Amino acid sequence: MAASLFLSQSPIATSTPRSSPSISLLPSPQTIKFPSPHSNFRYDLSIAISHALPRAATIIPRATASPSSAAPSTTAFHGRCYVVGDNIDTDQIIPAEYLTLVPSNPSEYEKLGSYALIGLPSSYSTRFVEPDETKTKYSIIIAGDNFGCGSSREHAPVALGASGAVAVVAESYARIFFRNSVATGEIYPLESEIRICDECKTGDVVTIELGKSRLINHTTGKEYKLKPIGDAGPVIEAGGIFAYARKTGMIPSQTK
Amino acid sequence: MAASTGSALTSTAFLSNKKELDVAAFSSSLPFSYRRCERTVSKKICSVMTPQQSERKPSATGSVKTAMTMTEKIFAKASKKTELSPGENVWVDVDVLMTHDVCGPGSIGIFKKEFGENAKVWDREKVVIIPDHYIFTSDERANRNVDILRDFSKEQNIKYFYDIKDLSDFRVNLDYKGVCHVALAQEGHCRPGEVLLGTDSHTCTAGAFGQFASGIGNTDAGFVLGTGKSLLKVPPTLRFVMDGEIPDYLLAKDLILQIIGEISVSGATYKAMEFLGTTVESLTMEERMTLCNMVVEAGGKNGVIPPDSTTFKYLEGKTSKAYEPVYSDENARFLSEYRFDVSKLEPVVAKPHSPDNRALARECKDVKIDRVYVGSCTGGKTEDFLAIAKVFLAAGKKVKVPTFIVPATQKVWMDLYSIPVPGAGGKTCSQIFEEAGCDTPASPGCAACLGGPRDTYARMNEPQVCVSTTNRNFPGRMGHKEGQIYLASPYTAAASALTGYVTDPREFLQ
Repeated sequence: MAASLFLSQSPIATSTPRSSPSISLLPSPQTIKFPSPHSNFRYDLSIAISHALPRAATIIPRATASPSSAAPSTTAFHGRCYVVGDNIDTDQIIPAEYLTLVPSNPSEYEKLGSYALIGLPSSYSTRFVEPDETKTKYSIIIAGDNFGCGSSREHAPVALGASGAVAVVAESYARIFFRNSVATGEIYPLESEIRICDECKTGDVVTIELGKSRLINHTTGKEYKLKPIGDAGPVIEAGGIFAYARKTGMIPSQTK
Repeated sequence: MAASTGSALTSTAFLSNKKELDVAAFSSSLPFSYRRCERTVSKKICSVMTPQQSERKPSATGSVKTAMTMTEKIFAKASKKTELSPGENVWVDVDVLMTHDVCGPGSIGIFKKEFGENAKVWDREKVVIIPDHYIFTSDERANRNVDILRDFSKEQNIKYFYDIKDLSDFRVNLDYKGVCHVALAQEGHCRPGEVLLGTDSHTCTAGAFGQFASGIGNTDAGFVLGTGKSLLKVPPTLRFVMDGEIPDYLLAKDLILQIIGEISVSGATYKAMEFLGTTVESLTMEERMTLCNMVVEAGGKNGVIPPDSTTFKYLEGKTSKAYEPVYSDENARFLSEYRFDVSKLEPVVAKPHSPDNRALARECKDVKIDRVYVGSCTGGKTEDFLAIAKVFLAAGKKVKVPTFIVPATQKVWMDLYSIPVPGAGGKTCSQIFEEAGCDTPASPGCAACLGGPRDTYARMNEPQVCVSTTNRNFPGRMGHKEGQIYLASPYTAAASALTGYVTDPREFLQ
């Protein structure tokens, strides 16, 4: 995510390990972490929504500036949601056969994204990532209880982030998944106050307003309260613990 | 700290004494109470205690001592604090960081990216690197990942790297161990009172030794590699008191499946699970490891068992490092306490597709199965195979479905070929397994517990029904998405292999 934030500010800075050879220099809106030809649609979608909805007009690109600007009050995400149930474990998010892919290797990072949620049973008729795609159409995942249970594989939040998803909204999370999401800054693990996975359908268009801790489902017209992300928000916004620690002066900036 | 890390005996004696005195203080028949108190205490070590005067608030004495759980004490020690409470975030010093071939390369990648290409790990003797997941495969990336571990270990002069180079015969790789959690124990890396972090969720297995052990991700591991520290939240503790003699048809696996069924797969999220009671005291180290291994299946952050003579005996000759066991204070705060009379429990399984989908084994007797898998950090230890052999021996029958035997480590593999099974007239497990018609014991490692590359031994490539001694039965866990996994104890797995149905082991053991 750090990579993307820097990318959105200065798309030339492609030295990040997460960059792919096929980077498009799109002016990235707040949600797009990893611009690539495949993710154009999401850019389009979010722009369309932000024009259509006055409430989204407060959106500004996520900044990489000073720590004081890290307050996520203006951060919002738009997009289609992908809805799953309870106890979505890490084997369903990224099955073990794909764990030979090393997340810190840029090309393998991309591949991990293309396999995100491929372990869901066939009862999920809609694929999260289409077979020939590397990115998802769904930038927000809505889930039930205990999302991300199972193994400690960081491949799980990484796969979701690499697929282009920006946030999960679940009733609750397994500990290691939550921690890995924050540590990597790959995805916002947001908690809903009530169970919303039964009231949303895959493909619904939703907006998450971080500052107001709410999720709006435009398709159904319903609004839901989210639990505040708290101190984890700025860490994810910065792009993970290392980026956050550098940004806030906890550890020295890297000399390259 | 000194007071809080005394032996269990003195600690308990102190606390029981204090309680008695508290009662005495409010009692009208004071002398009688005191006599009772003395009688109680005299069985323990009363000479080391100073008589308690009127109740003194710790804050008034100068030396603040808050009652703490074992887990809290380990956190306090590792963060150099005298006291702390659940929910606090503290920087802890890590005693051992373990990583393997699945998460090692990613952790190393983050370490290099963040600390620099020429950075050195914080302590080359505290990083333990164990290839175990995807070893016996022709998958090029999997092989490359082990190469990455080897290069890194060489570059960093890592003291404990359990390498494998020749995949055609694991036995020629003298350093190769196998499943990391079992290898950590066998090689003496698990010590009471310490902090062990690993890039694997089943790192919690080592809580059996009375240490804090928990799984972390690559990024956190990358940070630990560079600094030796981790920012951790002190978990509140759930206490599980198991008393009673364990019936001879139950194993620790039944106990933990019982507990997970009770509290659900998220019942211990963010929490420590402490196991104690006469049943736990009677368990061997391997059985205690089974108990702690699956706390993560209840969402637990760590599992922990008070170290005792069984622990110390196991550690003899395995580690030369001094360690300091800690114990929960009797008046420590526990989030809740669960009590089980183990003598009343029955063999259980976890039905597909969740470890908390508990049922009695006998309730599933009509479930026809296609295969049985015995292996992994949970159910691939020497005693797990001895348990399988015990059932085969008692039954004197052949298995009705393919039965896969995957020893966790090279040591376990050797045990199968060398340790005589009690009551078998000198036969070893391997002989008994062969007579029963099982597959030949495979090369040690994680194998099909988590599916893995397509050519992984015993991987479920068809939508079959499997009884397994492993730890997870999520969809697709052992390979095929539509496969059905019944998690069970080695006894139940063996009985099921003999009938071709999920079977209560009492059919053969009584």
